[in-house]
Amino acid sequence: MCSSDLKIFWNAFWVDNPVFRQILGICSTLAVTNLVINTVIMDIGLVFATVMSSVTVSLLRNVTPRRIRMMVQVLIIAAWVILFDLMLKAYVPDISKALGAYVGLIITNCIIMGRAEAFASSNKVFPALIDGLASGLGYSLILLSIAIPREILGFGTLFKDTAIQITLLPESFTKWIIMVMAPGAFFMLAILIWVIRGWTERTGEDKH
Amino acid sequence: MVEINPFVILFAAIFTNNILLSNYLGMCSFLAVSREVKASYGLGFAVIFVMTATTALNWLVYFYMLVPAGLEHFWYIIFIVVIAAFVQLVEILIEKISPVLYINLGIFLPLITVNCAIMGASLFMIIRGYDFLQSVAYGFGAGVGWALAIVAMAGIRQRIARSNVPAPLAGAGIALIIAGIMSLAFMGFSGMIQVQ
Repeated sequence: MCSSDLKIFWNAFWVDNPVFRQILGICSTLAVTNLVINTVIMDIGLVFATVMSSVTVSLLRNVTPRRIRMMVQVLIIAAWVILFDLMLKAYVPDISKALGAYVGLIITNCIIMGRAEAFASSNKVFPALIDGLASGLGYSLILLSIAIPREILGFGTLFKDTAIQITLLPESFTKWIIMVMAPGAFFMLAILIWVIRGWTERTGEDKH
Repeated sequence: MVEINPFVILFAAIFTNNILLSNYLGMCSFLAVSREVKASYGLGFAVIFVMTATTALNWLVYFYMLVPAGLEHFWYIIFIVVIAAFVQLVEILIEKISPVLYINLGIFLPLITVNCAIMGASLFMIIRGYDFLQSVAYGFGAGVGWALAIVAMAGIRQRIARSNVPAPLAGAGIALIIAGIMSLAFMGFSGMIQVQ
């Protein structure tokens, strides 16, 4: 990896991080952040879909007619998401059921479309791959930092109901049920944005 | 098919299972547009209309085209194409028929294609096994619920604009906290009916 690739990675991963910089694409994935294991699976799907569709869009960039490129991009993304959905159904049917409609909603996630349109459609394959990977990972980082506090405070565990379940808080701890219900995700995301923006503003990194 | 009265589904979709506040769908346009009450009304009505129509269309397409052909795996692609095509068609029709309506609603229509709530409503109705009437009731109810949430949010945000919010929290941050509190308030309804 040369320095320009590293720069692409860093830009997509942190500098232009889709969630707290642009507040994009929180729709379809916020709902699965109540359990860490669901979030991890969702993250894998999201990174997979972003990388693969960035690569495909980039490969086809010279043969796609400009006027219908949006439609082509949506179809490419949908194809990869369907593939991921089928893999989930085959290998982890329980989690597939728990995620339900949200796997399909990866298609309408603005981030994948945004990367395809803003970067992959006008760049070579390898940089597009790096960019897709970095945006996917940057997004996953945010989701995980929402999911981990939610599950710990709400259930007192990590990786609940799996073979590697870790109980972190004792029985005597009163569980914050609200954290694993709908409002918890809103509050956690707001706090996260607050902390990160406050921090970057102090260090003078933020130019908004 | 599940035996639930369509009116119960309608009510549940608006209040106890609000698609925005309990399923987090349609957040992007929710955060972007809810700065103004007027724009929120416009987008809200557009969502109600498109959601009702696309759930009906997608239900018909799914059960009369995909299931007989054994192509259920392609539902994601088909649904997104149906939604995109429908929105495009409505845009052209409205532009031809009523320029006034086009100015008020038209600008929101392209936004709607990427609104996850529209797609989400179609996916939920299939997963929950609703029949046709239930699906239409659900689509309409989810649309009304979404519109209600965004208009309420816009009203609150107009007041917030004049208050002193900590700088890093301004904009999206405070909007999310308000959404959280609204979501708490809507949870109060959930004791009334237990329907998915």
